[in-house]
Amino acid sequence: MKDEVDNREERVANLKGMGCARKRVEDVRFTQGKGNYVDDIKLPGMLHGDFVRSPYAHARVKSINIDAAMALDGVVAVLTAKDLEPLSLHWMPTLAGDKQMVLADGKVLFQGQEVAFVVARDRYVAADAVELVEVDYEELPVLIDPFEAIKSDTVLREDLEDGADGAHGPRRHHNHIFLWEEGDKAATEEVIDSAEVVAEEMVYYHRTHPCPLETCGAVASMDKVNGKLTLYGTFQAPHVVRTVASLLSGIEEHNIRVVSPDIGGGFGNKVGVYPGYVCSIVASIVTGQPVKWVEDRMENLMATAFARDYWMKGKISATKGGKITGLHCHVTADHGAFDACADPTKYPAGFFHICTGSYDIPVAYVGVDGVYTNKAPGGVAYRCSFRVTEAAYFIERMIEVLAMELNMDAAELRRINFIRKDQFPYQSALGWEYDSGDYHTAWDKALSSVGYDDLRREQAERVEAFKRGETRKLMGVGLSFFTEIVGAGPVKNCDILGMGMFDSCEIRIHPTGSAIARLGTISQGQGHATTFAQILATETGIPADSITIEEGDTDTAPYGLGTYGSRSTPVAGAATALAGRKIRAKAQMIAAYLLEVHDDDVEFDVDRFVLKGAPERFKTMKEIAYAAYNQAIPGIEPGLEAVSYYDPPNMTYPFGAYVCVMDVDVDTGTTDIRQFYALDDCGTRINPMVIEGQVHGGLTEALAIAMGQEIAYDDLGNCKTGTLMDFFIPTAWETPNYVTDHTETPSPHHPIGAKGVGESPNVGGVPAFSNAVHDAFRAFGLRQAHMPHDHWRIWKIANDLGLHD
Amino acid sequence: MPDKMHVKLTVNGQDAEFLAEPRELLIYALRERLNLTGPHVGCETSHCGACTVIVNGKSVKSCTMFVGQANGTEVTTIEGLGSPDALHVLQETFREHHGLQCGFCTPGMITRAHKLLEENPNPTEEEVRFGMAGNLCRCTGYQNIVKSILAAAAQMNASKEAAE
Repeated sequence: MKDEVDNREERVANLKGMGCARKRVEDVRFTQGKGNYVDDIKLPGMLHGDFVRSPYAHARVKSINIDAAMALDGVVAVLTAKDLEPLSLHWMPTLAGDKQMVLADGKVLFQGQEVAFVVARDRYVAADAVELVEVDYEELPVLIDPFEAIKSDTVLREDLEDGADGAHGPRRHHNHIFLWEEGDKAATEEVIDSAEVVAEEMVYYHRTHPCPLETCGAVASMDKVNGKLTLYGTFQAPHVVRTVASLLSGIEEHNIRVVSPDIGGGFGNKVGVYPGYVCSIVASIVTGQPVKWVEDRMENLMATAFARDYWMKGKISATKGGKITGLHCHVTADHGAFDACADPTKYPAGFFHICTGSYDIPVAYVGVDGVYTNKAPGGVAYRCSFRVTEAAYFIERMIEVLAMELNMDAAELRRINFIRKDQFPYQSALGWEYDSGDYHTAWDKALSSVGYDDLRREQAERVEAFKRGETRKLMGVGLSFFTEIVGAGPVKNCDILGMGMFDSCEIRIHPTGSAIARLGTISQGQGHATTFAQILATETGIPADSITIEEGDTDTAPYGLGTYGSRSTPVAGAATALAGRKIRAKAQMIAAYLLEVHDDDVEFDVDRFVLKGAPERFKTMKEIAYAAYNQAIPGIEPGLEAVSYYDPPNMTYPFGAYVCVMDVDVDTGTTDIRQFYALDDCGTRINPMVIEGQVHGGLTEALAIAMGQEIAYDDLGNCKTGTLMDFFIPTAWETPNYVTDHTETPSPHHPIGAKGVGESPNVGGVPAFSNAVHDAFRAFGLRQAHMPHDHWRIWKIANDLGLHD
Repeated sequence: MPDKMHVKLTVNGQDAEFLAEPRELLIYALRERLNLTGPHVGCETSHCGACTVIVNGKSVKSCTMFVGQANGTEVTTIEGLGSPDALHVLQETFREHHGLQCGFCTPGMITRAHKLLEENPNPTEEEVRFGMAGNLCRCTGYQNIVKSILAAAAQMNASKEAAE
């Protein structure tokens, strides 16, 4: 078992550890069409479920007649709230401490709400039967505007006791959910009231939807012989789903196996628990057969978790020289019909209080009012950590507005207010401890890379040419500097439904020196099977190609809180490194024994332990693994396994500097993105190729959100954007090429210094695109125009500014 | 319920025969009757292209073609483009250039790209972007997909030249 490769450089390369652009191991099956997504699962005797959904946004359900549907050949069951009530499953708890109807219990509160669940032989029969279920509705007044809802006499949630506290404290109106506050309100108001310069603006971040290409779905299979329930589904947090399923159904947790197979994108949409999952389980218990439910695109857009919908009223104060002195923000948060936000329990507005951004702001206050309306529930973090993209958009707009107020360059305003490198760890006015950063270096690199001064000169010339009537195109330079807060999170203040937000890794080395590692997370395209093996390769000296990574099966994987909020690398990645180090510690003892020296006399070197001062004497990890299983070593148990549960001491704070250069056609409202530069600092970089891919993808989702994507309703609560005809997803044709760059500021508290990156481009990208549009019209006095900046809305900006006259 | 019709297809070179309602969509016949789960259902309105297959030599979104319309045709799916022992060039370049992440759009992307390169073996980046605009991806931002397709074109042209 002698290692053949002796050259150290070759040994490092052979490892494919951290820092190299290792090709993805997942791709072999995906490129051949051999992925295994939930709709690919086919079990013997499997039935299909489909929902009867409400056509109304607010209505009383007077009666439901299932006779015609039941009479259709092939229909096995039709479930309504009445059938679920004896099991106490007609309502379910939400992740936000509220409850949500599984099936309409007396009334419906949003268009597309689940009313009845049809179970049939195949999906066609189920769809036919849905049409045969007769529901008698009585329409009720519809509340779409949160500002109206908070004053209206119409009671949306009749199930909630009037005047009683909600999960997050007092409710001051029957359509009010909570008021959540952070910071020093009085001190902030005092600073702002006496400030030299104050900018005030309402910044709306519209409602949108994560819209992964694969919709949500589940296959539930109740094995009545063994009393075991298996649930396959599109779950970003399979272990939490198992616990919730156990608590709801009364089936003991060891009798439930939850499996997340391959997931076709999540982006936050697959964090929550949906009525479809519950109904599939109940239907399988009732029928004794496996039941599949997979929603269609319209159901996905209309009924599963939306994102954003934050009305952010801001005031920012500064000295005449541009030093920011205070920030005040009040948010009216439209949560829809049920509060189903997926945030850590303590934080009903997520981490929105990262909204002081990358700036040293001495005093700040945030208040968030959650409000019920007749819209779909949700409020998930669509490719961002909890409400962080809202926060980043808010502060990056407020900076731009303040720059106008001060008549100052927005890049310079940022520079003079950045938290300095020597201030880290930095305590923010709203309670966060930023772990590390070097904002000035990143900003200077970004501005010089894009030739910022030249861009500004060109822009000024363009404005003059426009005024002379020589062009109808304006030019915008969209700046964005963001600080993310990811890696939720420390168990002391982060939990979901009471479960601490640690994560885990279990690694087992086989006798021949290959390994399998299992984690509590689940990849939805991030490439965990590739990158986590790289971490382990570096930590254990076993080549990444010899390590299988497995996630998503709760029967085999250690408990973890799943993948969202860029938490996999910061939390499970740390667990992985620490599990690897436990392996290494035991390997060291074995190596020392085999070399007949003291433990301290050997040291780790790439893929082996060598005798200090005599590197020609060594034991490779392969030899050590073999010995661990086959040699009786006094005082050491056989085997080579380790498990690590990691409770992070703090969040991580990735940051970045983005610049978008855009031409805007004043007459058509069309835009042309000439250049997009993205500098990301995600700490230690595990796989540059994967990081770059994440940035491209996140930027394109940001492009979608900023430039056209929204979930819109009419006054009656009809969802106007229920198909991909109306809901904007950029194609290859509309998407620009991006230039990516980086700086590297490792997290001081993370075992390998990594911070997470998947969501940074969305968080930083949205303000960059939006600021570019605003900046194009800055010379004409535009202060704030709400997203999405589709052609019509941009045309409207130009028209309102009198540029068509 | 409508009468079932006798459907005959050639899929990836093999004959398939079954009784189906004419309204059954081709994608479900492929996925559920023939167990070809490579093509996926993403929207059922022909926007996303995850279900893209080749029918009689043309790229078709199989989520909006009735099996009755497909009767008698020759169909190629991702499963018919390469094999584990002999990957299609596109299957290799997508991996090489990180042209995929979650993999859900990938079978449709590759199937469409294969057809695009047959129609235009030497496309510009702009032609690739236009020719692929019927296939949506939520993960990659397309940059590496475009790179993968251009790389495949270059490789295919190089091996064609070598053969000549």
